[in-house]
Amino acid sequence: MKVLVAVKRVVDYNVKVRVKADQSDVDLTNVKMSMNPFCEIAVEEAVRLKEKGIATEVIAVSIGPKNAQEQLRTAMALGADRGILVETDEQLGSLAVAKILAKIAEEEQPQVILMGKQSIDTDNNQTTQMLAALAGFSQGAFAAELTVEDGKATVAREIDGGMQTIQINLPAVISADLRLNEPRYAKLPDIMKAKKKPMDTKTPADYGVETASKVKTLKVEPPAERSAGIKVGSVDELVDKLKNEAKVV
Amino acid sequence: MSILVIADHHNSDLIPVTANVVAAAKAIGGDIHLLVAGADCQAAAEAGAKLDGVSKVLVADNAAYANQLAENTAALVATLGKNYTHILTGATGNGKNFMPRIAALLDVEQISEIISVESADTFKRPIYAGNAIATVQSEDAIKVITVRGTSFDAVADTGSASVEAISEVTDAGLSSFVGEELAASDRPELTAAKVVVSGGRGVGSADKFDIIYKLADKLGGAVGATRAAVDAGYVANDLQVGQTGKIVAPQLYIAAGISGAIQHLAGMKDSKVIVAINKDEEAPIFQVADYGLVADLFDAVPELEGKL
Ligand SMILES: Cc1cc2nc3c(=O)[nH]c(=O)nc-3n(C[C@H](O)[C@H](O)[C@H](O)COP(=O)(O)OP(=O)(O)OC[C@H]3O[C@@H](n4cnc5c(N)ncnc54)[C@H](O)[C@@H]3O)c2cc1C
Repeated sequence: MKVLVAVKRVVDYNVKVRVKADQSDVDLTNVKMSMNPFCEIAVEEAVRLKEKGIATEVIAVSIGPKNAQEQLRTAMALGADRGILVETDEQLGSLAVAKILAKIAEEEQPQVILMGKQSIDTDNNQTTQMLAALAGFSQGAFAAELTVEDGKATVAREIDGGMQTIQINLPAVISADLRLNEPRYAKLPDIMKAKKKPMDTKTPADYGVETASKVKTLKVEPPAERSAGIKVGSVDELVDKLKNEAKVV
Repeated sequence: MSILVIADHHNSDLIPVTANVVAAAKAIGGDIHLLVAGADCQAAAEAGAKLDGVSKVLVADNAAYANQLAENTAALVATLGKNYTHILTGATGNGKNFMPRIAALLDVEQISEIISVESADTFKRPIYAGNAIATVQSEDAIKVITVRGTSFDAVADTGSASVEAISEVTDAGLSSFVGEELAASDRPELTAAKVVVSGGRGVGSADKFDIIYKLADKLGGAVGATRAAVDAGYVANDLQVGQTGKIVAPQLYIAAGISGAIQHLAGMKDSKVIVAINKDEEAPIFQVADYGLVADLFDAVPELEGKL
């Protein structure tokens, strides 16, 4: 079976972003960009499905600027067989991304689609679920454990009170949570090999998807900063402050 | 305007966040209906009927909704939701699971995890792990929204809404519930607790986490943790606080052996008072702490417990 894995180019998770002076957006000039950490986990899981002999081909897809090629090459260095870049300089809303992915799923007919549960830039946590809805597939969101056999997937999912296990029909869309696996590091020979793997470049128009979103960002502001507090010298002083100054105990 | 709030519940009870979501609905303004989709969920529906501001509770009581499988809940709300201008639910594990599916079925965007209502179509939400706050405006005919509970004060339970059963049942047949492992705890629920005591990698092991539990119990609080502590197996996943874990805003947050990574701060920096106990005086957690104590947590935490 084919496995499709979607990856997003985002600001590196170590970067603390700043807001632009004109409040139009965050400032990403000269900021390190990487593969969204949750997408890395999704790629790792897809590659493991291939290593277990369940997947026959792993196709990585990214929707984003030309430079998202780098993230697709990373996915291929980690073990994806080929890449599809849907190139656009617009910042697409999740619904448009899900629609494009649904079209790709229609063309490629994967049985499993793996994605990260959330991208660390927009923090939306929604594209997987939207794609599943549009494609009419089942969903396994926030997966911590995945088994695929006999035309079904069993997914242990992180929920508020602990863990829930569900069984879902294939094709299915699954979103990776932090503890699904620990992604490997790409080895140099694999990085070299990845450069030769095939990569198609498309546009949203190729899939007939209208990209304009009905949700507009009016402004982006820095959050209210906490004013730095004080250091206390001892537990006694801390207890005194909590009781008499902050009055929280 | 007419607003449908989807209740978060365990069938036998309503999860408190629902009262915060109704508060967000009141801020938008309009007639507010509450949907309780579950199985044997009359108790949750009755609790919902008391929420101030709710005019009607709709109860979809059927085995298909017992475990809030996203496919079934979404199919139900995609039909029912067409009659409303806004559909709201909490940005909880359940809400995050089914809500985007509803949005896509209605062909609209979802506005995730709002922290304020500016007007009926304009909302604020954190992005980039809370390092920026976006103001967004939606032109979608139906606004599908998840709400960060800690940003809205819960409504009172002095109301008395009518309760109406919904007979329509959709079992999409795509998914089934196998089982669940819920952490049993007598402590208050993490996102609703007035005090949260969290431990990080510095605590060192599951056994040593005992001192964190003891301090939390002394204060009647909940226990939280960092991703590092969860990944290392010190505590279960449901205690993770942060960008991708739970968002908390208690009166008092005590962080012990926690460095203060941006992903962790994203989940707790709206707490009223923050105490940090860390042996490294350079730890970034001190930049957000009201009271910082540079100390070994194995000395300071038990001492604090003893002196409170
Ligand atoms: C995609 C992504 C999502 C993430 N989401 C989350 C999230 O939701 N929540 C989250 O918490 N993290 C999250 N993280 C992880 C985050 O980046 C940090 O790695 C994590 O928060 C660090 O946890 P920590 O502070 O316990 O560990 P460390 O950073 O290792 O810090 C341990 C601290 O303990 C102190 N210490 C050690 N021993 C003692 C002692 N005896 N007494 C006192 N102090 C001591 C040390 O000085 C140090 O400051 C995420 C990361 C990624 C990439």
